[in-house]
Amino acid sequence: MRIKYSFLLALFLLLIPFSALIFGQDGAAASGETESADSLALTLPAPVTNLKAINTPNDHGHSFTVTWDISADDGGGLKNVLFYRVMRSDNPDSSFKQRGENKLPRGASTYQDNGSKRKESDDFSADFTDFYYRIDAITIDSNVFSSSGIYGPVQSKGEWYNTGRTPVLVAVIIFLILTMIFVALAKKGADLYIRPLAGIEAVDDAIGRATEMGKPILYILGLGGADQIATIASFTILSRVAKQVAEYQTKLIVPCYDPIVMTVAQDIVKSSFMDAGRVDDYKEESVYFVTQSQFAYVAAVNGTMLRELPATNMYMGKFYAESLILAETGALAGSIQISGTDEIAQIPFFVVACDYTLIGEELYAASAYLGKEPILLGSLKGQDMAKAAIIVLMIIGVVTANIGGETLENFRELFKVIN
Amino acid sequence: MRRQIPFALVFIFGTFMVFQYFVPHETSEWIYEYLLDWIAIIGIFALALGIWSFYKVSVDKIKDKNEDWPYSVISLSGLFVMIFFGFTARTGESWGFYFPALLILTAGLGMFTMAYTETSSSKSKTSAMIGLGLIVVFVIISIMDNSWNFYFYTQEGLKNIAFISFFEHIMIPIQATMFSLLAFFISSAAYRAFRARNLLSSILLIAALIVMLRFNPYLGPVSGLMADGADWLINVPNLAAKRAIIIGIGLGIVATSLKVLLGIERSYMGKG
Amino acid sequence: MNIFEKMMSLDRRWVFLSLLIVCVAGYASKSETPILINDEVKSIYNFIDELPAGEIVFVAIDYDPNALAELHPMTYAVMEHCFRKDLKVIFTALSQNGPGMADLAIRDITDSLKFDRTYNGVEYKGKEIVNGVDYTFLGYKPYFAFIILGMGQDFRLQFPTDYYGTPLDSLPMMQGVLNYDDVACVIDISAGNITDAWITYGQGKYGFKLALGLTGVMAADFYPYLNSGQIFGIMGGMLGAAQYEKLADNPGLAIDGMRVQVPAHIFIIFFILMGNVGFIVSRRAKARGGN
Repeated sequence: MRIKYSFLLALFLLLIPFSALIFGQDGAAASGETESADSLALTLPAPVTNLKAINTPNDHGHSFTVTWDISADDGGGLKNVLFYRVMRSDNPDSSFKQRGENKLPRGASTYQDNGSKRKESDDFSADFTDFYYRIDAITIDSNVFSSSGIYGPVQSKGEWYNTGRTPVLVAVIIFLILTMIFVALAKKGADLYIRPLAGIEAVDDAIGRATEMGKPILYILGLGGADQIATIASFTILSRVAKQVAEYQTKLIVPCYDPIVMTVAQDIVKSSFMDAGRVDDYKEESVYFVTQSQFAYVAAVNGTMLRELPATNMYMGKFYAESLILAETGALAGSIQISGTDEIAQIPFFVVACDYTLIGEELYAASAYLGKEPILLGSLKGQDMAKAAIIVLMIIGVVTANIGGETLENFRELFKVIN
Repeated sequence: MRRQIPFALVFIFGTFMVFQYFVPHETSEWIYEYLLDWIAIIGIFALALGIWSFYKVSVDKIKDKNEDWPYSVISLSGLFVMIFFGFTARTGESWGFYFPALLILTAGLGMFTMAYTETSSSKSKTSAMIGLGLIVVFVIISIMDNSWNFYFYTQEGLKNIAFISFFEHIMIPIQATMFSLLAFFISSAAYRAFRARNLLSSILLIAALIVMLRFNPYLGPVSGLMADGADWLINVPNLAAKRAIIIGIGLGIVATSLKVLLGIERSYMGKG
Repeated sequence: MNIFEKMMSLDRRWVFLSLLIVCVAGYASKSETPILINDEVKSIYNFIDELPAGEIVFVAIDYDPNALAELHPMTYAVMEHCFRKDLKVIFTALSQNGPGMADLAIRDITDSLKFDRTYNGVEYKGKEIVNGVDYTFLGYKPYFAFIILGMGQDFRLQFPTDYYGTPLDSLPMMQGVLNYDDVACVIDISAGNITDAWITYGQGKYGFKLALGLTGVMAADFYPYLNSGQIFGIMGGMLGAAQYEKLADNPGLAIDGMRVQVPAHIFIIFFILMGNVGFIVSRRAKARGGN
């Protein structure tokens, strides 16, 4: 038996050079043909095979994903396929039209055919309507092409759930549950410890200082709009500050960059004065709009600082290039300064020029600190737990990424978010 | 009740926005786009409120003869003159009575402001009458003079040479000046901040010096070493710290959004 | 109060004044500052220098007048280099006041290229730079992220006409130029968040070669992209521009500005060191006094 196998192996080895010879001749024949380019260009290429069109998943509809196997003459064989053209019709027999403005380059094997969702558009592609697809493999002469078989009918539709975002949903739900648990614990009276933040503890002193000195407090909400979390966090701090200011009867100045922010801020300050029982002391002019031009705003605020010489300046919210200009001018005016922003590039500037700085998320946590309400403290604890979970997951991710292996790879895939 | 309705609205729209992220369907997109339109509409109304607030604060300063009232006069004239430029343009080669008309209009508006800020009623009445007269003169000029016109719906005003000149020769240099103040402030801030107070601040000082000396041409062969060191500092420790802060901020954003949605955090509506 | 204590509590206005004096003195002196070349600037220069004549470079001028001092020299240096190499350029300006900047740069460079000159030993004959033949300025449209995405399909989707109102198809150099696939590289010169959009929506989605020209403050934030290979070069601030000018043998505003910038930097470092000396000496003295 062994001899028989050996013989077969020897025969096979002997055949290899011959096979090379045979293929080589094939190659020569092919290159021989390329010399007469005309005859080649007019030869019809092989059509694409295995054409499929499906409704594009996880989208709003009006879209198909078309896939195919490239023509045998694309990159190999006659090598005469230069482009592909995706053709579509609502009728399997006629009126196929090219999709997209341009032909696809050779080698392409997939196309996402996005139609417009607006009825008035020329490119409108109706959902729940039968469509048929065909792919043309085109040579250098766009009149010489071979068409694939027709695929269809296929219908597009919009989905009600984006499966690619499941990890986000799971994370949000876990986070929500954690928050609920800790809020419930806090309500029951569990003792929740939070690390003291110097910047927050300084707020009370700063307001007291302003009252003693008889000088105003300047509160800047930043350049963000009312929809930004930093601005919302700033609103909550403003409301606490305004309440204390009302009690101490200190002057508060809030120049605003955004008109919506101004409207909200006016309401907050007014409500705080009401809560403190001093609604008569509230002056609408203390919260005013300046301009929506960045450096003009800075100029106006700096002017206010140097004229009014506030005892305390508070910068809470979104800040950009103006952060240092504001904070340095405030320092020149001799004010105590407390700042907080989630704009990372500006944090160093504030740290340098202000007495206290809330770094990143400390700004969001500030309202829980100021109020010391169990419900807010509970949510802060929930956030800390989520952070701990993320740290653990990150360590697992780093370790698994370095070990490698398919199972671990699949594990990491669980966390992947597809848009 | 005054607070229940806003909370209900926050909850409904906030929850919708959360669902919208997970629902790609056209209906959810349609509602989303509709809500975005509302933000723009509310923003425009708020802008009107904002301008009114600015006007009122400035006028009050003039009325109270606040120490710095002349600045308010300049702010107000800037506001009205730019609005006028933005909505007008000349029709031909000559300006005609464009600038006299502008002067008369500004004087008229100034008279009205004076009438409002004046304490004695007789003086106030006189100012109002003069103001009204000036506005009438302005209207007559703008009807009679064909060399310029109002453009409320098209962009002619933005191409108005007066508008562009004011923008280019006043606005731009002033803005550039404000921006360049940074150079001075950064130097003085660096001078005060980089002190070797303890171990950590000494490390910060050394890191800062390496990054600052990175491109210095007078260092000769050391500069390559400095550049490598600075690159490492920027790409490894600096980036790691930044990412940590970013992750913390991301979580904080989710937490704050949930708190606002669930009504746990209510102080942004003025409730303590 | 001894000198060290004085140094510790120096009023910042003295720092401002000294900085001003250093800047003015640096500007007044006609000394030449040596300029070291960084790899990240050299790779941009080399890339453009090795392109064959007729290739298209896409230059995005995305800054407003407040960044003019830092970024205009960069735009000038890159543009002049491109035109000298007989490359063609497509401009866009996606920040609000950007078109004015681009328009100004085009006018100035067109004037400067009319004269014969020698660069790096290569003689260059002055020529007229013609709109539509040598360059196309697409202009400004709001919502830059959408524009950058849209141009990946076809420049004509967002800009059916150029800045001056001529349809793109009637410009000679735009014949057959469809989208980013037809340009050799994109150079974004910017002072703000438009750079992020070029990286995410532009390079990330369409995979073209991207280089950045940034203000000095921003540059450090974008080095990670250089390491990850998403961009092939960075010019940071006036120094980056000066390095490009030096490489192109075309001294301009940036090299001129180095006379001010380098002494100012050294001055700041000197002040920091002096502040530390004062701090350490006075602390020692205090410690000794305590004993």
